[in-house]
Parts: sequence; C-alpha cells; structure tokens
Amino acid sequence: MKRHRNILIWAGFTVVIVALVSYIPIFTLFPVTRDIPWANYLLFLLGGGLLAVGVKRAFRDPEHYRGKIAGSILAVLSVLLFGFFVVSILYFGKQIPSGERALRPGQPAPPFVLQNIAGKQVASSELLKGHRAVVLVFYRGYW
Amino acid sequence: MSEFHDRGVEVIAISVDSPAESQKLCQSRGYSFPFLSDPDAQVIRQYGVLHPKGGAEGKDIARPAEFLVDTAGTIRWVNLTDDIRVRARPEAVLAAISRLRS
Repeated sequence: MKRHRNILIWAGFTVVIVALVSYIPIFTLFPVTRDIPWANYLLFLLGGGLLAVGVKRAFRDPEHYRGKIAGSILAVLSVLLFGFFVVSILYFGKQIPSGERALRPGQPAPPFVLQNIAGKQVASSELLKGHRAVVLVFYRGYW
Repeated sequence: MSEFHDRGVEVIAISVDSPAESQKLCQSRGYSFPFLSDPDAQVIRQYGVLHPKGGAEGKDIARPAEFLVDTAGTIRWVNLTDDIRVRARPEAVLAAISRLRS
C-alpha cells in the first residue's frame, strides 16, 4: 500500500515558524497584539495541534502515513522554538534598567537643544513656546 | 496624532539615532512629528532614562520612557515601562493631558 506524505506535520511546523517570525514585523505594530502576544500564542497552538495530529497518525497508522521520524524531530524543534519565543517575551523584554533614576512629575524638565532629522538644531524652549505641552518619547532607537 | 495637535500638544521622539537614521524611520513609517537625535545620550542621561550599554557593541541608549512637560517646563506626568515591548497607550497620555488644566 502506498504511504501518503504526512502533510499535517509540515503544515503544523510551517504555522509554528510563522508564529515565531511574525511577531516583530506584524504583531508588534498593534498594541493589542503586542503587549500580550496572544495572536502568536494562538498560532503556536494551531501549529502545535496540526503537528500533534500529524505525528499521532504517523505512529498509529504507519502503513498509510509517513513522518514518524520527521514528525518527531519537527515536534521537538517546535517545542524549542515556542520556548525561545516565551523566554524572549518574558525575559529579554524586561532587561532594562529600573526607572527609579528618572525625573518625576513636579520636577523641572531639563532644557535641551538637539538636531532634528533635517539636521536643524531644535531647542526645547521653542517647542514649549508654541505648545500647551510636549510629550517627550524616549526610545531605544535602531542604532 | 491629530488628537494631540488638537489639544496643542506636540509629541517629540528622542533617541541616540543619528538624524539620517531617524529620517529613514520617519519615511518608512510615515511619522510626521519631530524626531531629535541625542547621539551622546546627554539629554537621555539628564532625564534619568539612560540604559548603559543597552545597545549594540555596548552603546549607551535610552530606556523607553514618556514625559509630559507643560508649557512652564515642568514635568507633569511620567510613564516608565518595565518591558521594552510595552509603551504608553495614546489614551493614557491624552488622559494625562486632560488633567493638565488644574
């Protein structure tokens, strides 16, 4: 009897890869899917589910389905990738100094003069003059 | 962004990136508010939001933070995240702005 290629294993693994790589380019763009990456967790769950069904049928019904070895390897890899994702989210994101040294409400904001993207010097006093308030957003940058 | 401008509030982004790098970012993301370059992290240090050696090759960079400064130059509201992925939501900043009148 001809043994079928076990497509679920590969489909599941592909979804797991998508779950891993889609977070930064796609899901960080929206606060709802960024702050808690539930969309990626769902994708991991979906990929893992497909993979699990594929592996199960490879072992239950090896006469019809291939993929005992490939499925096992991909399943282990998927678990590792999921672990890497979770660790990245829960650990690496928090490796920033505490904010205890930051200036607090009520303190004067130190004046500054910095270059804008056109290379022009911009003074904080000018910015404040023209506005009711300014929001200073400090960000890590892309160096 | 227009919600900020409607309230007379300007948003200013500050990082150690060079003006050229920030320009690329603004172009690719379509940002129209000012991006200022603090390559030596002097201003970042003054505001107490330095992340020493946080960048590539041990470069000093800014930790993510938002400061609301009123027209008198007084800090009125600060947001310090403990996770680089989680930034202040615009609603939270707008709420802080609406409390400014007092």
